[in-house]
Amino acid sequence: MSAFLMPSLGADMEAGTLVEQLKSSGDIVKHGDIVAAIETQKGVIEIEAFQDGILESWLVDIGSEVPVGTPLANIRAADEPVLSGPPGQPEVPTPGEPEVPQPHDLPPAPNLPEDPAPQDPSPQPPGPEIPMPDLPEPEIQWPEDTKNNVATVGQSRPRITPAARRRAAQAGLDLSSLGAQQTGTTITRADISALVETPRVDPLPDMRGAIAAAMSRSKREIPHYYLAHQVDLTDADAFVAKTNSDRAPEDRLLMGALFLKAIALAVRKVPEMNGHYENNEFNPSEPIHSGLAISMRGGGLVAPALLDIATLKLDELMRNMRDLVTRVRAGRFRSRELSDATITLTSLGDRGVDQLHGVIYPPQVAIVGIGTPSLRPWVHEGQVVPRLIADITLAADHRVSDGRRGALFLRIIAENLTTPEAL
Amino acid sequence: MTDQYVSAALAEELHRIAPDVSLEDVDLAGDLREEFDIDSMDFLTLITALGKRFDLDMPEADYPLMQSFNALVSYLRDRRA
Repeated sequence: MSAFLMPSLGADMEAGTLVEQLKSSGDIVKHGDIVAAIETQKGVIEIEAFQDGILESWLVDIGSEVPVGTPLANIRAADEPVLSGPPGQPEVPTPGEPEVPQPHDLPPAPNLPEDPAPQDPSPQPPGPEIPMPDLPEPEIQWPEDTKNNVATVGQSRPRITPAARRRAAQAGLDLSSLGAQQTGTTITRADISALVETPRVDPLPDMRGAIAAAMSRSKREIPHYYLAHQVDLTDADAFVAKTNSDRAPEDRLLMGALFLKAIALAVRKVPEMNGHYENNEFNPSEPIHSGLAISMRGGGLVAPALLDIATLKLDELMRNMRDLVTRVRAGRFRSRELSDATITLTSLGDRGVDQLHGVIYPPQVAIVGIGTPSLRPWVHEGQVVPRLIADITLAADHRVSDGRRGALFLRIIAENLTTPEAL
Repeated sequence: MTDQYVSAALAEELHRIAPDVSLEDVDLAGDLREEFDIDSMDFLTLITALGKRFDLDMPEADYPLMQSFNALVSYLRDRRA
């Protein structure tokens, strides 16, 4: 018997709220199945099973907030002897205290797939390496090679807005009971409120609190230095337009994918921008997991990671970015995405202003900001002509690098963006 | 294909992306991205959904014809006529 625990998803997480039980007592659970959804300050995170077995019993009710490490459910391994009834039959919870594994009982190596849930309070909780089978936007066409990863579970569940999910949890409403009648439509907070008829509670203070904690720590601990540079995006824009001209909408590129690729290539040459500063030392990271600042409707901001971008081609980057933004906007994260970023990109998009000066997300050491591109007078081939120009900025950690290296980093990013065919 | 049908379909797709924005509160002739507070990724998601729904290519070169709710309704109606 093993316990399915409330995971830690970052140093600042002390507790989480169980908002969905996606398996019932007696259900067979396979490695990688989504068993529960929990809500933290950062949003709703789906939690997977780490072993095959049978869910014996839930130990925590929907809507309950419990500390990290609290057992949420008991899962009996498939080959464990049945003590209190045949599989498939709901069992009476054992009287007395539930079996609570102590942290020191857990395997020390953080990446074992059997690890039931991260216990280590360090900001890098291990996530399982398996993709989660949730797809909130079934309209998106997936290429053949990723289809297996996005298969079954999510599509039969009703679509629900994050606010509605929160509302339902506050009211102790079981979402699966709503599923049958609501499939095909999106459940909104109004639907839930109509069902439970209690006054609305604003979800924002939670996320505001998470941003406040991380950004205050950053400003307290990290000696930032700032650099800015202008980059001519005319050719990159033309490259995107040409690439997209004969593509269906689902295969089109956005400029953001080029930014990510340009950063990934620049990190190869200036590796001290990529990694974590912890315990008074910098630990560079070989893989590049780029946090992507994503604004949430109704306010707030999250920066989940796009994993391993160094090895991805532009189209793969675009596909992953699209998947990430879609899921995050639907309030769905995977645990690794919330904790593993090694550098962050924040881009104002096309409705912003010229410049932004980022705040580094600890324990990272750099954040690249891209302002809103605009047509400006520019000297190009000896003539002053209108060109599409953007200001790119870097905020980096002075404990790790100096302005000269930071400037090189920004210049390489700019050069990469002026030669888009090479990306 | 009537304006009403196209308009309802567009409203439905926009609601998926911007569930917090009500049609009554926005200027249907105003800039779509501003009125519905959608970014380039949201816009691409919208175009993808509409392309599938109406079986249209929705080429990027036509984006200038899709800059408001009303413009998009006209565009979809004309292409599907």
